[in-house]
Amino acid sequence: MKKEIRICGFGGQGVILAGFIMGKAACVFSDFNAVQSQSYGPEARGGAARSEVIISDEKIGYPRPTSCDLMVAMAQEAFNSYRHDIRDDTVIIIDPDLVPNHDIGRLLYKVQVQKIAEDLGNKIVTNIAMVGAIIGIDDTLSPEAVKKAVIDSVPKRFTDLNINAFERGLEAGRNARPE
Amino acid sequence: MKYERDPERIRRVLGDKVQFIQGDIAVAYGGLLAGVGFFGGYPITPASEVAEGMARMLPRVKGTFIQMEDEIGSMAAIIGASWGGQKTMTATSGPGFSLMMENYGYAIMTETPCVIANVQRTGPSTGQPTLGAQGDMMQVRWGSHGDMVAIALCPSTVQECLDMTIECFNLSEKYRHPVVLMTDGEVGHLREKVIIPDEDEMELFERIPATIDKDKFIPFTNSQTRDSKVPDFPAFGTGYRTYVTGLTHNKMGYPATDKQKDHEELITRIITKITDDREILTDVEEIELEDAEIAFVTYGASARPAESVVRMGRKNGIKIGMLRIKLAWPFPRRVINELSKKVNTIIVPEMNLGQMVHPITEYADAGCKIVSAQKIGGEMHLPDELYKILEAEL
Repeated sequence: MKKEIRICGFGGQGVILAGFIMGKAACVFSDFNAVQSQSYGPEARGGAARSEVIISDEKIGYPRPTSCDLMVAMAQEAFNSYRHDIRDDTVIIIDPDLVPNHDIGRLLYKVQVQKIAEDLGNKIVTNIAMVGAIIGIDDTLSPEAVKKAVIDSVPKRFTDLNINAFERGLEAGRNARPE
Repeated sequence: MKYERDPERIRRVLGDKVQFIQGDIAVAYGGLLAGVGFFGGYPITPASEVAEGMARMLPRVKGTFIQMEDEIGSMAAIIGASWGGQKTMTATSGPGFSLMMENYGYAIMTETPCVIANVQRTGPSTGQPTLGAQGDMMQVRWGSHGDMVAIALCPSTVQECLDMTIECFNLSEKYRHPVVLMTDGEVGHLREKVIIPDEDEMELFERIPATIDKDKFIPFTNSQTRDSKVPDFPAFGTGYRTYVTGLTHNKMGYPATDKQKDHEELITRIITKITDDREILTDVEEIELEDAEIAFVTYGASARPAESVVRMGRKNGIKIGMLRIKLAWPFPRRVINELSKKVNTIIVPEMNLGQMVHPITEYADAGCKIVSAQKIGGEMHLPDELYKILEAEL
């Protein structure tokens, strides 16, 4: 088993943390190997950012994705720029509010993760809601392992907010169908 | 106040045994586990996280972190602190490593144990700060002036960033030599699983302190207490009268700049104290080499795509193997020569325009074809690119 995941958005949205949490869930709280890499511009905020995770039950050689199984986009610019190398059967997950121009003639999962975060009162957990949505759609990692990784990775005083975002995202992901 | 390594406190600060962390942070972990008491550095991408980790953790284990004014000062500070009797370290990247060259040579000449983590990027000059490269493999060997040797290790994984940093300290203490961890921006920024070794899973080497009668002590000669070309270390403040200079010095440490014999004797000793142990220092990993007819010789990040290509090639019936050099300098001459007599072709993938391919060519048998596979611009070879290079050699 080998799964290559790309999570992209704009700088400051927390896409790197989202990838980090998935990698940590895979190799600290599950029995997989994982590598997480990232690329971003020199800006602290803004600009397209991406975080890539490979999860495998074997030793991982080349540490970056060569053929994404899963592509997650949380910003229009990132959706436009980081899509060029995906396959026909790559699963795509987007937030339609953040990626309004997503009609590329193929089915994709649409989950309103920013709305979930706003309903919880803080847009900052949009990334964690997206992690939930990914786990709801792709069953490589168990929700329990990812939840442990979320708790381990966010400031203690925000644990509840993040766990709520994760669970709401998970539910939305489970209910999502390619459309 | 002298730093005292406290294993329990260090483990408390490092936290869980299994973690998912960046290579740079693993370097800082390795330093703390090895017992670094002093870190002097100047932030530079992609090495800044080493300094950040040290700034956060070192004071909590009662060590000292100082951000210096630049890399020249950083190198000077860790040399001074080492003479104060501590294990010391700095971290930098390309442009900073260039600035360190003068004092790197000074550390070699004065036989000062210290560790430099060079998270390589490319150049010349400022180059591509946020991207990885293997730009300094020759600079670490030849970058300071005069006759010298280097000890340099190349991690390919985040776990090795931790393990090899500890090894750098051990070698530095053993040989009284500045040892360089030649990692790169790719491995430095990668996150992977790391298992933190327990106290009984690590071997730490401490420099041998001077213990002989103070009036009989000779600071710059073979050890007076062991069979070794490495002199016992007279840390400042321990009462041993020691003169430390980058000038050619006699056995007592005093400048002796105009005598051929003094210079020859000194330089021969500080080089051969390391090269005499070339075989002991040789550290390589062999993958699928038993029946290989063609082989990659790799190190650091470029071993990652090569290992993927070995697996692809084997699946397709190609007799491809890989030799991964873990300790690049002193160069593993015998291993390369033996490999070159076994395989027809050696491919050397590097994130530069061909650096380690030179010593490989120098020590390989003339009958073996050496191919330099070069990639610059801040990226490793893609496995597919490397596979095409392999196919072209079949």
